[in-house]
This record gives sequence, structure tokens and C-alpha cells, in this order.
Amino acid sequence: MLSTFLAVLRRDLLLAWRGRADVLVTLAFFIIVVCLFPFGVGAEPNLLRAIAPGVLWVAALLACLLSLHRLFAQDYADGTLEQLLLSREPATLWVMAKVLAFWISTGLPVIAIAPAMALLLDLEQGGLPVLILSLALGTPILALLGAVGAALTLGLRGGGMLLALLVLPLFVPVLIFGAGAVEAELSGTGAVAHLLLLGGGLAGALALAPMACAAALRISTD
Amino acid sequence: MLEVQELACLKGDRLLFRDLAFRLQAGGLLRVAGPNGVGKTSLLRLVTGLALPESGEIRWRGHAIRREREAFHGELLYLGHAPALNDLLTPLENLRFACSAAGDEVDARRCVDALVRIGLANQLDLPARVLSQGQRRRVGLARLFLSASRPLWVLDEPFTALDVHAVADLAATLSAHCEAGGMVMLTTHQDAPFARAPEVLDVGAFAC
Repeated sequence: MLSTFLAVLRRDLLLAWRGRADVLVTLAFFIIVVCLFPFGVGAEPNLLRAIAPGVLWVAALLACLLSLHRLFAQDYADGTLEQLLLSREPATLWVMAKVLAFWISTGLPVIAIAPAMALLLDLEQGGLPVLILSLALGTPILALLGAVGAALTLGLRGGGMLLALLVLPLFVPVLIFGAGAVEAELSGTGAVAHLLLLGGGLAGALALAPMACAAALRISTD
Repeated sequence: MLEVQELACLKGDRLLFRDLAFRLQAGGLLRVAGPNGVGKTSLLRLVTGLALPESGEIRWRGHAIRREREAFHGELLYLGHAPALNDLLTPLENLRFACSAAGDEVDARRCVDALVRIGLANQLDLPARVLSQGQRRRVGLARLFLSASRPLWVLDEPFTALDVHAVADLAATLSAHCEAGGMVMLTTHQDAPFARAPEVLDVGAFAC
């Protein structure tokens, strides 16, 4: 059972490595979006410091959205998805492996570079660990929810646009609690409540999203 | 073994065929025939369980495949129109992944042997994007050598893009699988040199 999970995980990570330009594009997108804000709202340090958590979270969310459509598109086009659906192993298993590989290749790089971007916006040092923690808990939720949307819009004309319309509203709670955690930490009320909610959301998404995703994939390939 | 009753297939809002029925026993080789667009591929996808029929039932060893999906898929090998190859991976990586994704434990040595046997000895380490159509098709077909334990083979146009020798080899492999008690269901538009003439199912006879 674990061998299918590991085979899909290993293959998707290998593909991410061979097509690493895509990963770099996502990362560059994240950096550029963050850099746009000082141009737009002005280089007033206090203002930038105040909006930093929100800006970083929105940029991370958009970076995730940008690469979501790639999650199943290639496998759908070349017939791999059909073969996976014919596997004797349960579909939730390899869906989980695909989402994990997706998160490792897009979420992790964004989390890794987030401290540098936080520095750019002059986020207070105390907020940095909470920012990392909230991204580490929140981006997997984005990947899991996004995977359901990607599976539902698979093979549709203009699927990318529809995907954004479908999943962005679902991302709102993650954004509220993710950015809220950093703000709460900086204002002195403590981020524990926000982080616990994010953790609960992650547990719920882990339990439900792979099943929904597998069902959506069956519908899309029918 | 494989039993299909009163099958109807809806594509979009058009009924492709209805009341389609057939039975495939151990050792049987069934060729699905009919003109383009009559629903041959759709029928194969219904039999594999990838698509759901409008009405009718498909039974494997007496059980509806809808209820025993995973057990059925453990005994099925389906090779569709798309060869399920990723361009960035080598034939060997593609084949190993295909086997482990299907749930079969196959070591690298047997995968190499299968690829050599199908005539890709010199392409083992090339990315799949540089392969020709026929070579891409062969990578998919190499799974046949590793799937003897799966009794039911469902193949969509397996002979497309293959040269004369490869067609003869493939026909011999399929005949041998049937000899050994397996079952093969395939679509093709060309005459292949099978050891024993296949049964023919004309989908056109059930068209609406």
C-alpha cells in the first residue's frame, strides 16, 4: 500500500526537479508580487510594517494558485491519470502523495524565502517564527483545497480561470487566520488560537480533501 | 468470467449503443469491431470501470465491477489510446512507475528485460520525448510482459504505429496469454496474425 504512495511521491518530486523552471517561476512570482506593494502603497516603513503579514500571505496564496492547474493537467493529458484510477490501491492514497509532492515543490520554497521577503517589508523580528509556522500550517490546506478545485476543473476550457473562482473563496478563512496569527503575535495577544485553528483546518482538510479529490477525478475522466 | 448485459452508453446527449451483451470466457480473444465513432473506445472504458454505463451491468467472476472495484482492477490491465508516458522520464522510469502505480511490485531488472524484449534496448536512458510514436507505443506494451498475472487485458488500438515485426510479436504475445487461460479484449482496424481467429463483437449492430 505504501509502495504506491511512495512511487507517486518519488515520481512527482523527480518531475518537479526535471522541470524545475516551473518551480522557479512560482518563486519569482511570489517575490515580484511582494515587491509590487511598496511601489503601489508607497515606501512608508510604518505602513509596510503594518500590511506585511497580509501581503506575504496573499502573495503566498496567489503563488500556490498559479501552479495549481499543473497538479493533474499533465497526467490527465498523457493518460497517466486513467492508469492511476485503475490502480488496485485506493485513490485517496496516491492523491495524497501528489498533493504532498506539490506542496514540497511549491509551498516549501515559498516558506523558505518568506523570511527574506518579510525583511524587505520590515516585519518585526518577533513575528517571523509565527509567520513561518502559520505558512507551514496554512499552505498545505491551500494545496489540499486547491487539489479538489483542480480535479473538478480538469479538462474544461478556461479551466484555469474557473479554478481561481472556485478555490479563492475557500482560501479566505486560511488567509484570515494565517495573516491574523502574525498580527495577533505582534499586537501581544498571542497567536496560539489562530495557529490551533489553522492546525484544525489542516487536519480536517487532510481527512476530507483527498476523498473529494478522488471522486472529482473520477467524474472528470468519465 | 467477464459478462456484459444490456449495456447502454450515453455520450453527451447521444445514445451510442444499447442492449449490448457479450460474454468472455477464460482463453477468449475478443475483437471489438465497428466503424469510427460507433463507441468502441467507450465500450472498453465501460468495461474497465473508468466510465459508468447509462444502464446495464458488467460482471467479473459473477460480481458487479462497480461493487468490487479494487479486486477487479487488480486483475485488469488496460492500455488506452494515450500511452501514459511522461516526456521528462525515461522509458525505464515510466515503466517502473506504471507497474508500481498499478500496485504491482516489479524490480528494475524485470523492467529492463521487458523493454529489451520489446526492442527498446538502446532507448532505456533517453527521455520519452525523443521517442517516435511506435517506440512510445512499445513502452506501454512492455507492461504486457510484466502483467501475466492479470488475467483480463483490455487494449485500445494496440497495433497503431507498430511496424510489421512488432505487430507479429504482439499478436503472438496476446495469443500466448489466451493459451495460458487469460482473456484479451481489443480494438483494431488491421488484420493481425493471431494463432486462432478472434471472436468479433460488432458494436455497430447495437448502435442506436
